[in-house]
Amino acid sequence: MSFAVEVRDLSVRYGRSTALEGVSLRLEPGVIYGLLGRNGAGKTSLLSTIAAFQRASSGTVLVDGEDPYENARVMAGTCLVREGGDFPEERVKGVLDFAARLRPLWDAELAARLVDRFELPLDKKVTQLSRGKRSALGVVVGLASRAPLTMFDEAYLGLDAPSRYAFYEALLEDYAEHPRTIVLSSHLIEEVERLFERVIILDKGAVLLEEEAESLRSRGRTVTGPQEVVEDFVAGMRVVGRAQLGRTLQATVVGDLPPGAEQRAAEAGLELGSVPLQDLFVHLTSKGERG
Amino acid sequence: MFDGREPIYLQIADQIREQVVSGALAEDEQVMSTTQYATTFRINPATAQKAFAELVEEGVLYKRRGLGMFVAPGARSRLLERRRASFFAEVVDPVAQQARVLGIPLAEVVARLEELMAGAAQPADGAQPGTPATPDSTPDPQEEPR
Repeated sequence: MSFAVEVRDLSVRYGRSTALEGVSLRLEPGVIYGLLGRNGAGKTSLLSTIAAFQRASSGTVLVDGEDPYENARVMAGTCLVREGGDFPEERVKGVLDFAARLRPLWDAELAARLVDRFELPLDKKVTQLSRGKRSALGVVVGLASRAPLTMFDEAYLGLDAPSRYAFYEALLEDYAEHPRTIVLSSHLIEEVERLFERVIILDKGAVLLEEEAESLRSRGRTVTGPQEVVEDFVAGMRVVGRAQLGRTLQATVVGDLPPGAEQRAAEAGLELGSVPLQDLFVHLTSKGERG
Repeated sequence: MFDGREPIYLQIADQIREQVVSGALAEDEQVMSTTQYATTFRINPATAQKAFAELVEEGVLYKRRGLGMFVAPGARSRLLERRRASFFAEVVDPVAQQARVLGIPLAEVVARLEELMAGAAQPADGAQPGTPATPDSTPDPQEEPR
């Protein structure tokens, strides 16, 4: 089971500061989304509003067709795991029991397996857990809830690398068996980009783009070769970066190449390469600083 | 793995084609499932599906409902045929161009090729069945999706 999310003209303000301004987007059911943005871009505000942890200042949020705010059915099917977790001050076992009662689709067997995988001490109090173990508890709750809308707000960043990899594997394995709408917010892009089917980039409280991950990746190209030849080739294109080594220039361009460009590049002896999503993200979100 | 510059689904498709051509994947043999691809390489299952869709369209794979993806009969010879068609453009032409740039006489290139071809008394035909499947081509049973 998967929830769709419809956000229309959403604004969230805290006093005089604006966290989100006029955000509209749609999350298709059953898709894994990457929500990317620099710190302060509005990722947490967006996810918290979708999860009905807070109200919109203006605009509409619909989850599975309904306003999620104080909506028991929708809230039971929506799971937002935040960094540090929002856990009651109990023992780990108590947190899991609570989640089991709250979540209609809770899978106790999966929870037990994950507790084992992340070596979570069931009898310890949440407050006594290390940051890594707290994150792991969030991951267990997030996955075993099997909520039709599951969102991790940088929740897994407290895990060490082996545990993060275990998380990615567990997520994909369970998602393949039980598809659902999943949002992963992160600024560690390189490590997670391949998990996403689609990517949303927030910048300064607004949606910069929403696009298929694969096509986003192909939007950036590097052009490498002798300086004059490269300059000639990229004339008229949107160049977002230049790196030079001796007489060799590597220019990073964004946007579709004009027809026949690949052939021209080959004939001119230029090398075309792809740009890692992380670099593209940096280029796309830092350009606004100048304006 | 899959660290190249091409989109991952193209790399997956290439890898499967390679295994079919080398015989590591025999005809009618099952390929790894999207779930296995997803968890093994930590990629979105839709990415693996995209690779499969492309290979189905090419006639390299076919789908058995409820079971998964299998190598299509005749896939190997189809792939070999396609490679032969692009052999001169993709392999020989760059050699000729390199030889020109480096000033290597044509006769030397030809002599080298003749020497290599004479040395390898290889079957000149790709229609023979592939070698038996190697262990890495079969789905890995230890990471069984539950």
